[in-house]
Order: sequence, then structure tokens, then C-alpha cells
Amino acid sequence: MKVIRKYIEKIKPHFEKGGKFQAFHSVFEAFETFLFVPDTTSRSGVHIHDARDSKRTMSIVILALIPALLFGMYNIGYQHFLVIGAKAGFLETFFYGLLSMLPQIIVAYVVGLGIEFASAQYKKEEVAEGFLVSGILIPMILPVDTPLWMIAVATAFSVIFAKEVFGGTGYNIFNVALMARAFLFFAYPSKMSGDKVWIRTQGSFGAGNPEMANGVAQTVDGFTGATPLGQIATTGADSFVSFSFTNAVGQPLSLSDMFWGFIPGSAGEVSTFAILLGAFILIVTGVGSWKTILSVFIGGVVAIVSVNLFASNAIMEMPMEYHFLLGGFAFGAVFMATDPVTSARTEKGKWIYGFLIGLIAITIRVFNPGYPEGMMLSILLMNAFAPLIDFYVVDANIKRRMKRVAVKNRKGVEK
Amino acid sequence: MAHKIKIKKGLQIPLLGEPQEVFRGIIKSDIVRIYPEDFHGVTPKMTVKAGEQVKAGSALFYDKNHPDLLFASPVSGVVAAVERGEKRRILYIEIKADEDIAYRDFGKKSVSALSADDVKASISEAGIWFLIKQRPYDVIANPDKTPRDIFVTGFDSSPLAPSYDFIIAGQEADLQTGLDALAKLTPGKVYLSIRSQTKNEDLRRAKNVVVTEFDGPHPAGNVGVQINHLSPVNRGETVWTLNALDVAVIGRLFNKGIVDLTRVVALSGSEVKHTGYYRIAVGTQLSSLFEDNVTEGIPLRYISGNVLTGTKIDRDGSLRAYDSQITVIPEGKNVHETLGWASLSPNRYSAGCTYPHLKKRYRLDARILGGSRAIIVSNEYDKVFPMDIYPEPLLKSIIAFNIDKMENLGIYEVAPEDFALCEFVDTSKLEIQRIVRKGLDLLRKEME
Repeated sequence: MKVIRKYIEKIKPHFEKGGKFQAFHSVFEAFETFLFVPDTTSRSGVHIHDARDSKRTMSIVILALIPALLFGMYNIGYQHFLVIGAKAGFLETFFYGLLSMLPQIIVAYVVGLGIEFASAQYKKEEVAEGFLVSGILIPMILPVDTPLWMIAVATAFSVIFAKEVFGGTGYNIFNVALMARAFLFFAYPSKMSGDKVWIRTQGSFGAGNPEMANGVAQTVDGFTGATPLGQIATTGADSFVSFSFTNAVGQPLSLSDMFWGFIPGSAGEVSTFAILLGAFILIVTGVGSWKTILSVFIGGVVAIVSVNLFASNAIMEMPMEYHFLLGGFAFGAVFMATDPVTSARTEKGKWIYGFLIGLIAITIRVFNPGYPEGMMLSILLMNAFAPLIDFYVVDANIKRRMKRVAVKNRKGVEK
Repeated sequence: MAHKIKIKKGLQIPLLGEPQEVFRGIIKSDIVRIYPEDFHGVTPKMTVKAGEQVKAGSALFYDKNHPDLLFASPVSGVVAAVERGEKRRILYIEIKADEDIAYRDFGKKSVSALSADDVKASISEAGIWFLIKQRPYDVIANPDKTPRDIFVTGFDSSPLAPSYDFIIAGQEADLQTGLDALAKLTPGKVYLSIRSQTKNEDLRRAKNVVVTEFDGPHPAGNVGVQINHLSPVNRGETVWTLNALDVAVIGRLFNKGIVDLTRVVALSGSEVKHTGYYRIAVGTQLSSLFEDNVTEGIPLRYISGNVLTGTKIDRDGSLRAYDSQITVIPEGKNVHETLGWASLSPNRYSAGCTYPHLKKRYRLDARILGGSRAIIVSNEYDKVFPMDIYPEPLLKSIIAFNIDKMENLGIYEVAPEDFALCEFVDTSKLEIQRIVRKGLDLLRKEME
């Protein structure tokens, strides 16, 4: 490390003002502070500082995402080999998923961080770490077969129009990763839903090549790639009892498949187990608010109990455990709703914010005929309302203060 | 039985270098320097010239906007120089101090026989009115106004804080006289807040005041927090604030007829070899205090005051006007920690849970440990801000300088020191105390 430190000291002057690479100052600084804690000492105010900084916070979020990411990769391979009818070992399965997802992560990072670096340089600020999380979230909430150029376009759109125009990390109103997904969802709906996009049938960089016939990948008979939520939304069955979830090759899915994550879906959302691990990390470190997570589920429970009571079709009858295990409900509650920037910022506000997310997500899920998932829209909607919720929570404090004055004045008059 | 209030929010930063309760002697220096910047919001005008003889208690300068507001010399000697900086702003006043302090005699007075105006005049004339501060704005109290109440904090809860019990021992009579004097100055009450663990029975049984016990972590000792729990400041109201040590200084003026600005000061901090208490006059240069008593070989940060609100001084710097504590910590310059974001080093301390919590005391240096960012993490300030105020919206309204909002959100109740812990825990590394100070100053300018 000493060698690197020496080298950094040597090249540093080139990146300062007036140096030949001054246009890359922000980039240089980002990498330097990534490698070494800056040795700037305090000039005003407190003389000592807490060791937690923005980098630490984002690192914890990424750490919490790792279990879901790794399992998502494995599941991509698992679903792939299932539908091409080939047997594969654990490592082969995982590597197929890794190779399918890696290009997406790289594209999201290169495009998003490129824009972040450029705008930081333009604004003469340090590069904020927020996109390190968004960049990994974006591929995790998209179907595995999303073309790379779409990811690039959506990422660019989201980073520029949902974040940078508002002032960058910390000022955005909408969750950046969800905006990228929403952009694709409305711009290219055929690539974002349906039963063709969730399972990759092509080979990835030579791994998991299927048998080809006339240039079309061959799949096993009866293959359907619909997610379980997609299945129940489009089913002809008139009650939940007469309906059964199946995997891609038509075998029935058990609750434990859904819990561990052997179901079609985007990489992040499939394994409830991995999401729970992530939730554990976020809550223990205090990086994610347990209040938000819990209240999303409370909102969900209230909505599910209500629709179950008045159920008239299969999805309305679907019991609670399926709602929580399927689709993006858990993933959204743990990783999206807790984004501190776009969430309500007051503690009371978080209860309301989370509750409404859960409530609206289930409502959209159950009553929207075309689109079987409601988490994304529900969170984005509540993102827009979070400042309003906070406004009323803070306003209660203001009113209390006003009342104090009023009581005083009245007493004064009475005297 | 005193009313008891328990503070739950807050943070006791576990630092190395708690001052040992041992009195180690008297520190003197030939040169004594008074820094007018200690007195926030004052525009100093000299009353003495270089070469003039002064006694302890003689006025050195006054405030341009309040000519009655005199500032006493803490020592006797000859005014050696008035050092000025840009725009002829006075940086410090240098006094060549006598070996033994000669006091100007103000005459003993019995407080009970004095009227409010007499008390006021006595304190002003003696040049120690600056010990009384006011809310709103956290500046020296405006003597022309009558305060609703007066609040005295009887303990310091900041990191490595001096023990008031230890310092006050023997000064109880002066303290009581001081409290009696203050009681004359307000039609309301004088509140004295004590730590519930205090062993000083005189403090607990102080007369003429409302005694309240406070229990809990820092900032329980901050007078702002105490006011918020006892009787919050409303718009249009003024309250005065002091700490018990300064009340004793005022009491001494009446009991002995002298201005005694020598303080019992705690020497603390991880880099001090022998911590303890010393008697030091305000303005005394401290180099002999640090001689052979601090870590050598690494850059150090010397602080007059505590690590949260103190003033950075040089090794030969002076004890500042309001401080009863000196802290020495490592500066941390040229320390290059690798991959801090992934570090599991047991030497890093965080109030939150992103680092493992160890049961130990830490040696923290002056590094900021991160870059400044927009406010990202929520509920961080609230956890260390035990007042019925939302710190984050208030800060944002200050940054935007929205006067209505600032008023509504409680700006009149706060001082920069109340935000010190927010600044410490802040993930975004913002200079919060400076933001609050600036907001209060602008607001004062706008309102007065």
C-alpha cells in the first residue's frame, strides 16, 4: 500500500488545478478517497468526527444486496438449464448466471458513473457514492433478457433526469433505480413483462449453449416463462383452490421454492431468504430503517386481509404468504422503500410512508388486470408524497410551538 | 426533593484521557493574551493603550454597540501590544503580566441590599458581564433587556469534561451569592440544573433557585437542552444563561470585591501523559502546561475547551475566556488509512452500528474521515438532539435563510453547541455548528 500511496502523491499534482489532467480531478479524487481515507482535518466546529461516512453507508447497502445478487445469478442459471432441458452442476449453473448478469452490471456502472463523474467535475464537487448502489440495483430489478442498450439508455435517463437535474445524490425525489425500471416499463413494455423475458434461453459467452434449430434456441416442451404472479393474474381459474403455480416446465411450485427463490423473476426479487439476510444486515447496522420495512409489511397485511374478505377471483383469494414471497414486495420493502433520500425523513413519517406503500402495492397487484406487480409504482408514487408526509409531521411540531406562545399570551391577558 | 428529568437521546463519546481528579498546581506565563473573538458578536473598542498599567478587573476594551459592556483584564501588568489583523480587526491584546496578580478593588457588597440596577451596574462595571449569555442568538446578554428567566447549568457533560463538583468544591459561598445576584435580575425564576449523581450537597440544596436534576448522556449538561425541558424560549422572549463556574466568579465579585478570572482547568485528552486540574488565569499561555506532558513526535491538536465546541489553539496558545478545559488529541495529518469504507479496525469509532461496538475508550484524531455530501441519511441528528425540535428541517431552513421557517422550527431556542453532536455523527460531514452560527447572526442582524 505504501507503494500505491507514493505513486498517488507523485501523480497528484497533475490532477490539481493547472495540472495537465485537471479535467479528471473529480475522478482522481474519487479513486484516491476510495483507496485512502482523506487526511483533511477539521477547521471549524467539532474537532473529532464519527468514522461513518457516505462511503461506509453505501458499502453496507451493497453488502446487504450481495446475498440476493448471488442467489439471483444462480437462479438465472437454474431456470436456464431447466428450460433447455440440460443438466448442469452447481458451478456451471452459477457461472452461467454470472456471465448473463455481469455485462448488465458493467453497462449500468459505466454509463451511470460516467455521468456522475462528469457532473461532479462540472459542478466542482466530489463524486457522490449514491450510484454505486443504484448501479447494482438496476440490473437486479430488470428481466434477465433486457438488452444492454436498453439498460444504458434507462440508466442515462434516470441518472440525468431523476437525479442530476435535481442536484445530485441527496436531492432526488424519485428512487433512481426504480425510475430506470419505470422508464423501460413504459417505453418498452414488451421487454419488461410477459412470459418471454424472465428466463434466458440463449447461451452467455459460450456457457450454457442450448441446442439450436434454424437459429432458434430449443426449449423443452410446455415451456412457459411467466412469473408466478403473472400466472395468477392471467389465470382462468375462478378460485385460488383450483389454481396452482407452476415452474417453467409445468411442475408445481411449493412455498419453499418460492422462499428460497427457484422461481422465474428478476435477479433481486426471487429469493425471499436472501432478501431477509439483506434486511438483517441493514437493520443491524441501522443503515435501513426497520420502521419503514415493518410498516410496508403492515400496510401489505391490511390490504391483503381486506381483499381476501371480499375475494371474488383467484388473485383476490391469494393468501398472505404468497403475496410476500412472490414478486418484488419483499425486495421493494427492504431495499427500495428504505432509500433515505426518497423516503419520508421523519420517524413518524416513515410509518405512514411504509404503510401506504404496502397498501397501494397490493391494491395495484390485485386490481390491475394488465400488470401483475405493484411495488415499483407504489414506491414511486409514495416517493412523490414523502415530502408532503414530512411536511405534516414537522407542521405538528410547529403548531405545538405556536400553541405554547398562544397559551402564554392568553395567560398574560388574563393577568 | 429536586425535580428530576431523564434525557434519553444523546451520546457519550468514549474518549481516552478523562481528567484525573487531582489538583496539579498553578500555571502562569509572562505574556497573557486576550482574544476578542471569544466574545461572539462584539466589536471591540480599546479603552487602554499599549504601555498602560492595568490591574485584574480593569477594563481593556468595550463593545462599540454597547459602551457599558466592559471587558475586564484577568491579570495585572502592562498592556504590551494590541495586535490587529485585516481591516484593523483586533486579533488579541497582549499583557505583560506581573508575577502576582494585583486586583482592582470594587468593594465588598451585600447582594440582598442591592437593587436589580445596582447588581447590573456592579457586574458591568467590573467587566465580567460577558459571563452572562442570552437566548435567542447565543450572544452576550443585552443588559438593556429584562430576561424572562435565568438558566444556570451546574455540570458539563461534554467529552472528557471537567467535574464541576471538583472545581466548585470550596466555592459554594460564592456560587450562592452569585445565584442570589442573578435572582435580582429577573422577574421570573433562576433555574439551576445539576447532575443527578452530584455529590456536592450545597449545589443540590442551593437556595433562591429552582433546582432540577438531569440524568443522561451529553448534551444533558447543555443549558439549551435544559431550557427546552424546563421552559422553552418562545418568540419575543429572552432568557439568560450561564454555567455554575461563572456564577461563582460573579459571586466572588460581591463577596470579595475583586474580579477573579483564574479558573480551575481540566487538562484532558488522549495525548496528555498526566491529566489533572490546574489553576490558570484566562489568557495565560499554555506552553509550560504541555512541556514534557504530551506525546512527542506526532502532530498534535491543542484545544481550549472540549473536542466538540472548543477552539483550536497553538502549543503556546492561551486559555480562552469561557473555557475550563484544555484537550490535546492527535492531529491525524498525514495519516493515510487504507480502504476506510471496508475497515474493521478497532480504532475507528462510530456512534452508529456500521462499525462493531467495543467496550473501550478511543483515541480519536482531528480528521474529518470523509468528504462533505448532501444530507443523505435520515434520523441521524434526531438521535443525539434531545429537544422538541426537528434538527434537519431547521438546518435546511437556516441554509435557505427562510426566516419564517426558522422561527417556526425553533431557532430561538438553540445555540451552535446544541448541534455539536449532530456535527460529530453526521455522515455527510457538514459544518453544522458554523451553519447554525451564521443563521443566528443573520437573524439577529435582521431582527435588531
